[in-house]
Amino acid sequence: MTLWFVFALMTVAAIFAVLLPLGRSGRTRDQGSEVAVYKDQLAEIERDLATGLIAAPEAEAARVEISRRLLAASESSSELESDLRPNLKWRRAAAVLALVGLPIVAIGVYMPLGSPQLQDFPLAQRERGAGSGMARSLENLVVQVEQHLEKNPTDGRGWNVLAPVLQRLGRFDDAVRAYRNSLTYNGENAERRSDLGEAISAAAGGVVTAEAKIEFERAHALDADDPKANYFLGLAAEQDGRKDDAANIWRALLAKAPADAPWRPLVQSSLARVGGGGTMPALSDETVAASKDMAEGDRNAMVRGMVERLATRLKQNGDDVEGWLRLVRAYLVMGDRDKAMGASTDARQAVAKDAERLRLLNEGLKTLGLDG
Amino acid sequence: MIAEAGHYALVLALGLALIQSIVPLIGARLRDDALMNVARSTALAQLLFVGASFVALVMLHVNSDFSVANVYENSHSMKPLLYKITGVWGNHEGSMLLWVSILALFGGLVAAFGNNLPLSLRAHVLAVQAWIASAFYLFILVTSNPFLRIANPPIEGRDLNPVLQDIGLAVHPPMLYLGYVGFSISFSFAIAALMEGRIDAAWARWVRPWTLVAWIFLTLGIAMGSYWAYYELGWGGWWFWDPVENASLMPWLAGTALLHSALVMEKRNALKVWTILLSILSFSLSLLGTFLVRSGVITSVHAFATDPTRGVFILLILCLFIGGSLSLFAGRATSLKQGGLFAPISREGALVLNNLLLTVACAVVLFGTLYPLAMEMLADFKMSVGAPFYNLTFAPLFALLLLAVPFGPMLAWKRGDLLGVTQRLLAAGIAGLVAVAIAWGWASGGATLAPLAIGLGVFVIAGAVTDLVERTGFVRLPFATVLHRARGLPRSAWGTAFAHAGLGVALIGIVCETTWNSEYIATMKQNEVAHIAGYDVKLDGLFQRQGPNYREMIAEFNVSRDGEALSVMTPSKRSFTTRGSSTTEAALLTRGASQLYISLGDATAEGAIAVRIYHKPLVLLIWWGPVLMALGGVLSLSDRRLRVGAPKPARAKQRLQPAE
Repeated sequence: MTLWFVFALMTVAAIFAVLLPLGRSGRTRDQGSEVAVYKDQLAEIERDLATGLIAAPEAEAARVEISRRLLAASESSSELESDLRPNLKWRRAAAVLALVGLPIVAIGVYMPLGSPQLQDFPLAQRERGAGSGMARSLENLVVQVEQHLEKNPTDGRGWNVLAPVLQRLGRFDDAVRAYRNSLTYNGENAERRSDLGEAISAAAGGVVTAEAKIEFERAHALDADDPKANYFLGLAAEQDGRKDDAANIWRALLAKAPADAPWRPLVQSSLARVGGGGTMPALSDETVAASKDMAEGDRNAMVRGMVERLATRLKQNGDDVEGWLRLVRAYLVMGDRDKAMGASTDARQAVAKDAERLRLLNEGLKTLGLDG
Repeated sequence: MIAEAGHYALVLALGLALIQSIVPLIGARLRDDALMNVARSTALAQLLFVGASFVALVMLHVNSDFSVANVYENSHSMKPLLYKITGVWGNHEGSMLLWVSILALFGGLVAAFGNNLPLSLRAHVLAVQAWIASAFYLFILVTSNPFLRIANPPIEGRDLNPVLQDIGLAVHPPMLYLGYVGFSISFSFAIAALMEGRIDAAWARWVRPWTLVAWIFLTLGIAMGSYWAYYELGWGGWWFWDPVENASLMPWLAGTALLHSALVMEKRNALKVWTILLSILSFSLSLLGTFLVRSGVITSVHAFATDPTRGVFILLILCLFIGGSLSLFAGRATSLKQGGLFAPISREGALVLNNLLLTVACAVVLFGTLYPLAMEMLADFKMSVGAPFYNLTFAPLFALLLLAVPFGPMLAWKRGDLLGVTQRLLAAGIAGLVAVAIAWGWASGGATLAPLAIGLGVFVIAGAVTDLVERTGFVRLPFATVLHRARGLPRSAWGTAFAHAGLGVALIGIVCETTWNSEYIATMKQNEVAHIAGYDVKLDGLFQRQGPNYREMIAEFNVSRDGEALSVMTPSKRSFTTRGSSTTEAALLTRGASQLYISLGDATAEGAIAVRIYHKPLVLLIWWGPVLMALGGVLSLSDRRLRVGAPKPARAKQRLQPAE
């Protein structure tokens, strides 16, 4: 309610500003005129002459010139200045305009734009934990951890905790950064490398990019039995079109796996897909866990959504050769050869102006088996 | 409540501006003094409300109120207080609010101190100011509203672009806007004169100081921006002929021309129509600058956000004001009374030459800025017009202008004596030639034109000194008399000399920096030593440090010369987590007017780091020059005397003819 009271006061002040001069119709002669300027100029010449800044003949010439202008000015100004005509009818109209028009314009413009129902929410209030029930939500906890890490960026344990949460919240790019920091401050191990690789491929819409593949390869080098690295290396092979390699990697993985490993079904179904010509690039177990309560159809939709997003982004900015290749590969993996062909045509058009990029693109497409 | 009150204050300012754009005009037509005076009180009230609105936004940023979208997008609770405040105009919405606040400030100043203006002129001027204000209030409210709220406020903001987290942001935009918007006053005066159909001495007496104020701020703003780019962007360049820089240079060129022609008009009652045209052009170019920077047509550090509706809206404002004012000019200019006459060789003539050269230079920059844009839009063909184009076109024009600069103040009003002035400038000319000879002998390598340009710079400075010597009678008269005359000399004369000397100083700086700068780019390991321009720069080591909202890697360099340790330089690279981006903070070592400049590149895995070291001889002169110019402007502004140009009397045989 105070807000509306303040608004009302402000409006009254604004109206008052318009009404004030309308009420005061004095013969206020506080205005300058051309004549005054010329008179001042004549006085100035006398002063310059007295201080010796100009010589007497020059002063005389200037005096003659200004006097001539002064004469002309006093003729024209006498007719202009004398006839101020108070016009009560129009003054009343202006007053009405201020009293009615101003509030109407103010409310008419403010109401659709403003949010009078919202309270201020400054930092001090937020730190007291006041405000709605949002204060303790997961997102706020994440923000608090992030703030803590901002001040203590070398706290490896913090990054370790934060990274999987970010991954689960779908903030893949941030998760990539968090995993990288975790690697820097906690040291290297296979698990962290493969987690990082997984985050990178999640950020790329489920495609195991070259960058992600490097991480999985490093993880594999550190621990040849790391299940996540093996699974994703298989997935990379599948997405590159090397289905036999993928099947071999996964078969080896299953052979070594303990019988109760939670990821067994995932690898098995992937293996079946390679053997039976499946259509979807599989998601990692983490991402699947994140979308656990989604129906199968929804999950497919999620992957499609990621590919779709990549396609839109490329439509806006077509310079990204790597991105185009990823898109084409994603379509191929999804079994949509027509779309893959279409995307490669689009890609060629988008980078046609840049010979170097075009060359890269054509090479990439050739390795995908799409040189046409 | 602060947010909503600020929002409502802005809306009320729009309402007041609308009233201010109509009522005073009706009053002027009916010659009713009360209606005309409405302009005055509404202008002051507008200033009050916009000021309140701006203060509200500042408070929201300081309080980190992330329920306001603008604060959420551009602030962070851990940002230092200074950057919380400067961050208010470090984004599109806030900077537009600053723009209108300054516009309202100028309007308020005219209203408060315009007592010596004719009533109807004041009413017209304030009404035109209100048109501009209304257009921009609407623009802000409709397309870039800084007070929009978020119903479920996020807990942390997205932080300000790290490049902008610098003291430069506190100075550069407000200065530049004071300059840009300051030209709106001369624009409003010009339109008012055209609407009234008369232009008199009171007009000129008012326009010159306002133009001067705008010009001073614009000069400082551009210089500050250039210095900021120099030390922040990490490449050691200070001017890139980037469209955004050109956008500020064009109003400066037109404004400089306007300043000189307004002077002729005030002193001699001549060049009236031309002054009006220049007033319109200066502000139009300011608007064009706003359009180029704010519409997202050009992507650069200045384009905070791109949104097509904003571009279209500003383009509309641009067409309305530039088109409207120019057609008004075309229709009404002929009805204005012509002013005094003068011989081609005279002070007036010299100022016309100055105006011609400046406007042509301005047109060249305009062409260089818009041509690539037009090509990209119409022919879908990307090109960039860079330094080579301007070196071929802009540089010769300016050289010609600088050659003429010393002559101007020494010529007499109305009819001058070129031969006499040349004789008096002989000493300055000789000084210039000696400078050329010295530069030629001393410099090894570099462009052949460089010594000539240095000579030109020295000639300009010596010319300014000669003018002062002549006026005070330094050599001819006894010292006491000289002192007396120097004290009696109008401050505007000192101002002219300083401003013109500033041009020469800047030119010398530019030539020395571009011709004789040396650079060293390499990857350095610890304890490695780089040798550049006689300095030995040793990398002592790399350190990490935690700032308030960033982490930085600092490299420590020990600088010595001839075995004598001079200083420690610590350039750094800052990485900002929230935006996930990083900035380079160059380290500068100033020795006289020269600087040693170290900027860091990427670190390699082996603990080595890419380093760029530049030695820039006399580089600081580039910015001392504009500061000197601005100082000249301030001196001239502080001179409250009237400006009367006493003409040189005609010789006896001409005396019978009418002088004008």
